[in-house]
Amino acid sequence: MGAPRPQPRLDADNRAFWTGGAVGELRLLRCQDCATFIHPPRPVCRKCLSENVVPEAVAGTGVIDTFTVNHQKWHPALEVPYVIARVAIDGAPGVFLTTNIVGCPVDEVDIGDRVRVRFEQQGEVYFPLFEKIDR
Amino acid sequence: MSTNEAYISGVGQSEIGVKLTRHPLLLTLDAVREALQEAGLTLGQIDGVSTYPGRMAAYLGFSPVGADELIDALGIRATWYAGGAEITSQLGAVVAAATAVRAGLARHVICFRTVYEAAALARPEEYPPLRREKVDGGSQWVAPFNALSAANWTAQYAMRHVKRYGLTREQLAQIALTDRANAALNPRALVRQPLTMDEYMSARMISTPLCLYDCDRFTDASTVLIVSAGAAIDEVVCKPIRIAAMAGTVERHSWDQAEWMACYSTGADLWKRTDYKPADVDTVQLYDGFSFQVISWLESLGFCGIGEGGRFIEGGKRIARDGELPLNTFGGQIGAGRLHGFGFAHEAVVQLRGKGGARQIPGDPRVAVATSGGGPLATALLLAKD
Repeated sequence: MGAPRPQPRLDADNRAFWTGGAVGELRLLRCQDCATFIHPPRPVCRKCLSENVVPEAVAGTGVIDTFTVNHQKWHPALEVPYVIARVAIDGAPGVFLTTNIVGCPVDEVDIGDRVRVRFEQQGEVYFPLFEKIDR
Repeated sequence: MSTNEAYISGVGQSEIGVKLTRHPLLLTLDAVREALQEAGLTLGQIDGVSTYPGRMAAYLGFSPVGADELIDALGIRATWYAGGAEITSQLGAVVAAATAVRAGLARHVICFRTVYEAAALARPEEYPPLRREKVDGGSQWVAPFNALSAANWTAQYAMRHVKRYGLTREQLAQIALTDRANAALNPRALVRQPLTMDEYMSARMISTPLCLYDCDRFTDASTVLIVSAGAAIDEVVCKPIRIAAMAGTVERHSWDQAEWMACYSTGADLWKRTDYKPADVDTVQLYDGFSFQVISWLESLGFCGIGEGGRFIEGGKRIARDGELPLNTFGGQIGAGRLHGFGFAHEAVVQLRGKGGARQIPGDPRVAVATSGGGPLATALLLAKD
């Protein structure tokens, strides 16, 4: 387990997302009427306004859309540098996750890199981090 | 003067500093007094107040004074007021005021933004920092990954420009160099020493590609703009500056879901609401909480194409005070201090009135653009001297 991260407050909307890692699943809400993925999670589809939205597991892979290497210690306990990235999620068009790219040196990350989810558990929350697939 | 238009009459500003001890309400009053004096108005003629984001009890340094507090403290008889964060960024408060005076809800509206972040950091017992046991709302999608600052969120858009369009650090540096050169001529600016390219290139990184000098810093100050109705403009003694067009948008509010920063749609909307064209603009005052936002605003407003912003400012001549498009002539937030949006509209008015002193741009500027925000929220004002 890494250093303590800011913990999301779990509620009916976000629980599936933050706890799916317990069974190894990256879960996103999906409209059962028009198949649109909805993120951030809301109780309604932003495309067709259907309220029939349920969590579905996606493959857990994606592509780095963009990233930054953070060097600033925003608080004393922060270990730097680290990579913050925006990952386009495979199979869920239009859904991006802000995350960390882990498991490789920070200067080996680039836009277009293919990545796979790797969960980090802290308490009941499973943070979806990503690592590069082709190393 | 047209009676159904909205104008900016007086503008004012307090001292700009860090760790100021003057009460934030009194800093606001300093700016109010200066604006009233320029406009030739008295408090008795003020009947509206508008601010962003309103008093924030959980984070007083970010916004220590509410519109209702100012109304009460100064004995204003308001027929309309507003203050809130759910608006298209800081200058959205000016858009709201302009809309109100055009609707006849008020005649002269004090618009203000007071910041006290440096003082609050120095005096946490009086101004407790924001503390949350858990994160929720939009922050839950970024904070758990230690994307803790808008620097991190903006840097990712900047990195896309680096990789996709070849934006270089030398190009990006021109924002900070221009800001700091201008701030050196602004007696109120927070940082009055010019910055060299060597200093910029050797600065420590904050969040790649943004280094220390690409970021503004916590500041204590207040800025006021009085928005006056066309029907009441003959009460004003200074040259009125017409709000010729306004635009503001919100992208997907979660920063990470938007393909483009909100400034791109805001910039396009602005030109749909006026006969003016980008070529008519004499100076631009563009939000630079982070330097990259200037590049995205220049592209958004059509001064250059998407991806061309870096080359547009290369070498810095074009955006210098004597260039074809003078930028952030008061020093921007990077040079003058984090006035948080209102400094850009303030300076646009100063320049259009020819009151910039040592930093006044040459010629007789008649049209200016001022912007705030740029990320998920953006506002643009087109200001004209008729």
